[in-house]
Amino acid sequence: MAGASKAAVVDSRANLPFVYRQYSPEQLREVLHKMYLIRRFEEGAEECYTRGLIHGTMHLSIGQEASAMGICMPLAEDDQITSTHRGHGHCIAKGAEVSRMFAEFFGKTTGYCKGRGGSMHIADVAKGNLGANGIVAGGIPIAVGAALSSKMMKTGKVVVSFFGDGANNEGAFHEALNMAAVWKLPVIFVCENNGYGMSTSTARSTAVKNIAERAAAYSMPGVIVNGNIFSEVAEASFKAVERARAGEGPTLIESKTYRHRGHSKSDRNRYRTKEEIEDWMANRDPITLFETELRDFGFIDDQGIQAIRDAVAKEIADGIEFAKASPAPEIATLQNYVYTEPA
Amino acid sequence: MDAALRELSYAQAIQEAMAIAMDMDERVFLMGEDIGVYGGAFQVTGDLVERYGAERVIDTPISELGGAGVAVGAAVTGMRPIFEFQFSDFATLGMEQIVNQAAKMRFMLGGEVSVPVVMRFPAGSGTGAAAQHSQSLEAWLGHVPGLKVIQPATPHDAKGMLLAAVADPDPVMIFEHKLLYKMKGHVPEGHYTVPIGKAEIRREGRDLTIVATSIMVQKALDAAAVLEGEGIDIEVVDLRTIRPIDRQTVIDSVKKTSRLLCVYEAVKTLGIGAEVSALVAESEAFDYLDAPIVRLGGAETPIPYNPDLEKATVPQVPDIIAAARDLVKGVR
Repeated sequence: MAGASKAAVVDSRANLPFVYRQYSPEQLREVLHKMYLIRRFEEGAEECYTRGLIHGTMHLSIGQEASAMGICMPLAEDDQITSTHRGHGHCIAKGAEVSRMFAEFFGKTTGYCKGRGGSMHIADVAKGNLGANGIVAGGIPIAVGAALSSKMMKTGKVVVSFFGDGANNEGAFHEALNMAAVWKLPVIFVCENNGYGMSTSTARSTAVKNIAERAAAYSMPGVIVNGNIFSEVAEASFKAVERARAGEGPTLIESKTYRHRGHSKSDRNRYRTKEEIEDWMANRDPITLFETELRDFGFIDDQGIQAIRDAVAKEIADGIEFAKASPAPEIATLQNYVYTEPA
Repeated sequence: MDAALRELSYAQAIQEAMAIAMDMDERVFLMGEDIGVYGGAFQVTGDLVERYGAERVIDTPISELGGAGVAVGAAVTGMRPIFEFQFSDFATLGMEQIVNQAAKMRFMLGGEVSVPVVMRFPAGSGTGAAAQHSQSLEAWLGHVPGLKVIQPATPHDAKGMLLAAVADPDPVMIFEHKLLYKMKGHVPEGHYTVPIGKAEIRREGRDLTIVATSIMVQKALDAAAVLEGEGIDIEVVDLRTIRPIDRQTVIDSVKKTSRLLCVYEAVKTLGIGAEVSALVAESEAFDYLDAPIVRLGGAETPIPYNPDLEKATVPQVPDIIAAARDLVKGVR
């Protein structure tokens, strides 16, 4: 009986959630591929860190993959994003290669920032990623500036600014949202609310229950989505992109999600319970949810899923090898890129 | 009047430079608080909004942090913004975007972007505006690699350096002393640039080098004119740029005169005078010194409201005359 009803659903895509109506099966399988790529990239980076191959720190977005992929789904290649310290997922979702990302983490010249930025400043300007940012809310006004460029130069580009729940209490967030609304700029503010700004919960830090409510103060739509359900995120992003491209101005999307890992490598997880973490991992993992849906709707079978997992494992292994084999910067180049070199 | 002798005020020179920049390059636009119909708090943008429209002369909300960030974002994505802070004191509100973003973005991204933003800062005391509207914070920004920081001291340089700044691929911070806005001087017509990073010898002399910045250049020249009557021959170096600093011009001048007096309005301690003193002390010019290096800077206090107190806070011409005379006569 289950099989028969499943076939009927596939026959009538009209009844399926947004992404299954909007995108081709190939595109959707690629989304699953990218979600795995994000997950395994971060697991690979974490392992390299634990083994002492990478120094510094990193902020993992494991558990937030549907949010990054859903927001970027309706974006064109030349649309732009600003990202956060928890930005590996955004970078991959916008089209970055994991080999050059690993190379950056290893501090190599082949990295996206030639070893100058590391995890916290990962960028891929050619693909429209203007960079992760180590300052909470630092990228939000920059995204508004990029959107102002789009409007003044009439390029039609839409700009997405990713930030976390912590950023919504920074002044830059409020100043930037206000200006974007006053000037009706093609920008989408995406708050990935994972419940905690480092250790402080939104309940303890934020006067409104939902961050999306703050959109009302800036006279723009405020949309709440389940950030762990790819289709929900993609649908909200699609509408916001349409609105931005039509010149109707910005949207604030609150994507409610959860990070499985701690804030950074120094986190002892004392501010949340093991039960809470395990519940999110077991019952609301965004990759599991999307993969199950894809399979239930007949867009992929077990063999297809395994093929994706195998391909991702190889990409990760190859990427780490590429990073290890790449040259480190010469000390003599220390002051390169501080200023633009004379032509 | 002969066009070659045309005079403009410092403020008019800046306005003319911005107009020329906008005429030459459609990517150039202005942003700031009340720079449109109001004309700017010091009437520097004046009527530019009437000529270029509100799309290119953009009144921002009172949002220095957000506004600076918008300018940075526009700059990295192809535009050439000129952002006016209403008072240089308000740089404190925009510091995050200036120091963490504008200055570092190119470096952090391995040279993949440039940040061709110009920020203008009306600076300095002497207007009775008290402690929060009178500071000279240029050394703060001069401490940050990735920024260029300039202090034009004449109408001629204000125009030429602004046009150089707009053409520069990196963030340029311009500190404009408010008391200079009404200063008149010769300003050539049309487009020209004055290089960033190059000091200018305003007056040649044999007995003492005064390295001065911004409004202190004119005060140093006034002091030098008085001391000329006493047979003291002073060389005045207008530093013009504090990052990157023109070391060679300073070193060469001190080698010639064997004495150095640094004069600047900002608080004396940890300021540009310390940097100039140190660069001389570290150079071959040290061996040429016949006297200790002397700094004249602002008092270690916020700028007070009372006009007599305010004047006493920053070096004045008599202070420069006294310090220079003592140095040359070997009192120090």
